[in-house]
Order: sequence, then structure tokens, then C-alpha cells
Amino acid sequence: MLDRTLIGHCLTPHSVEVEKGRLRFFAKATGQLDPVYLDETAARNAGYRHIPVPPTFLFCLENDSPDPWALQRLLDMDLGRLLHGEQSFVYHRMACAGDVLTFEPRLSDIYSRRDGALEFFVRETRVTDANTGVHIADLRCVGVQRNDRRSA
Amino acid sequence: MSRIERDQPTDNPAGPQPLRLAPLDRTTLALYAGASSDHNPVHIDSDFARRAGLPDVFAHGMLSMAYLGRFLTDWIPQSRICRFGVRFVSRVELGTALVCSGEIVDMAEHDGERLARVEVRVTCQAGELKVVGEASVLLPADD
Repeated sequence: MLDRTLIGHCLTPHSVEVEKGRLRFFAKATGQLDPVYLDETAARNAGYRHIPVPPTFLFCLENDSPDPWALQRLLDMDLGRLLHGEQSFVYHRMACAGDVLTFEPRLSDIYSRRDGALEFFVRETRVTDANTGVHIADLRCVGVQRNDRRSA
Repeated sequence: MSRIERDQPTDNPAGPQPLRLAPLDRTTLALYAGASSDHNPVHIDSDFARRAGLPDVFAHGMLSMAYLGRFLTDWIPQSRICRFGVRFVSRVELGTALVCSGEIVDMAEHDGERLARVEVRVTCQAGELKVVGEASVLLPADD
């Protein structure tokens, strides 16, 4: 059973610079050929300040925390039994290469289904520009732990 | 690696067009692990996956969502996306050829623009649902 008393726990915030090389690597890894996501000039011509952070890349920057499995360790979870259940993004401002972003994650909920065979944990993360404080986005991640009958 | 193959334009040119991807291989999963900083070994280490009781490594859910993001930004500029959320329905195994698709299901006026609700999904070639979700996008009023 995941420890319900930890609901509301704030994880250590971290700030990370958006590097254009990482954005190009992400474009390569996802088969993205649109020059807006590869080339600074194409991005500027499209009206962006620099190569934009693609829609789901904020989740990757969240993984760039010095301690990416902090939540899994806090809840004493086994990586082999974890699944990503849901992910959502609410966008307030575009982020681009060169920006420094601050991620503030919080464990907002834990609940179970199927008599405890599946346990869900919800991490909500506020993303702001580290230099200006401007609100960039809100992320919501629902993870699922598969429990076997003995641990259910 | 994924290739871009497009369906012919349909009679609804205003909506997003399906994005068809090449069958997933281990190289794609390794590249995605590196690029995304998601180094969970269930996606890149077959030995770890088998010890965890899985038949083999499987794709990151967020790889499918990244493809859905491409599907959306191929259609409209990213700055028009207000919300984007999905539920991961079932594991995406190696060799699966994914297809991203979706359509506008609702439209509302919003400050002189139109806010479109788009249902999105990722399926395998046989049609089995892998990821389902929704995006809210702003469209120009005269579109």
C-alpha cells in the first residue's frame, strides 16, 4: 500500500536550462523533421524567440531533476511494476531554447482500484520561468503501480 | 526511426491529418530514453524487463504522446495549443506501427477566436487503442 499520509508532499524543486542541442536530439528521437524544431532561423521566422520546447518536452525537462526517481523512492515503489497512466499539460506561455525553467512537483493524490491491485499516484508540477517568474505550464502525471495479490 | 507518410487530404482539410509511423525498434526506444531523460530500464534493458515479469522492453508512453504532439503541430502552430492530455491504455510493444489520428469534436467562441476540442488517439495498425486523449486548440475565427 502506498503511504496516503504523504499526499500533499512537495518534492524538491529544480531549475533547468533548455538546451537547443537537447531539443534537436529530442526531434531526432521522435522523427520530427519540421525545421521549426531543429533550426533557430526557421523558429524565428515562425515567430518564436528560439527553437520552441515541443508540447511534451516539459515532461522530459522535469526528468532532468538531480533526483528523477525521488517520488518513486518516497513511496517505496519498484520501477518494474510502474506504468504511466495519464499525462496532461496546460500551457500558459511558450518556452524556448535558452530559457531556464523551474519545476515544482507535488504529490497531490493517491488512490487505488480493483481492491488495491492497482494503486495510482498523482504528481502535479507547476513550471515557471526561473528568471521572470512567468507561469509557463502545469503538468499532471498519473502513475500506476501494479500490486500482486500478496501485497494487495 | 519514424518516417513521415501522409494520407491523402480528406474532405475535411481543416482538421488534423493522420500520422503513420514506422514499426518501433530498440534503437528508437534507446534514442528516446536518452533524449527524454527517462532512463527507466523497462524501456531499454531486456534483462531488467524479463526479471520484472515482462516479455521484453516496451515503448515509453511519452514516446506515443510525443508523436501525438507532432501530429498536432503538423496541423497548427504549437502556440495555439492550450491543453493536451492523454490516458495510456495499453503497452506499446516492439514492432508496433503506431498511427496518430483525431478530429475536432467541439468548437466554442473564445475572445474572438474559436476554441476547438480535439479528440486524439494512438492506435496500432490493427486498430487497437494505445493512447487516447484530448487537446484544446485556438483556431483563428476566419479559418
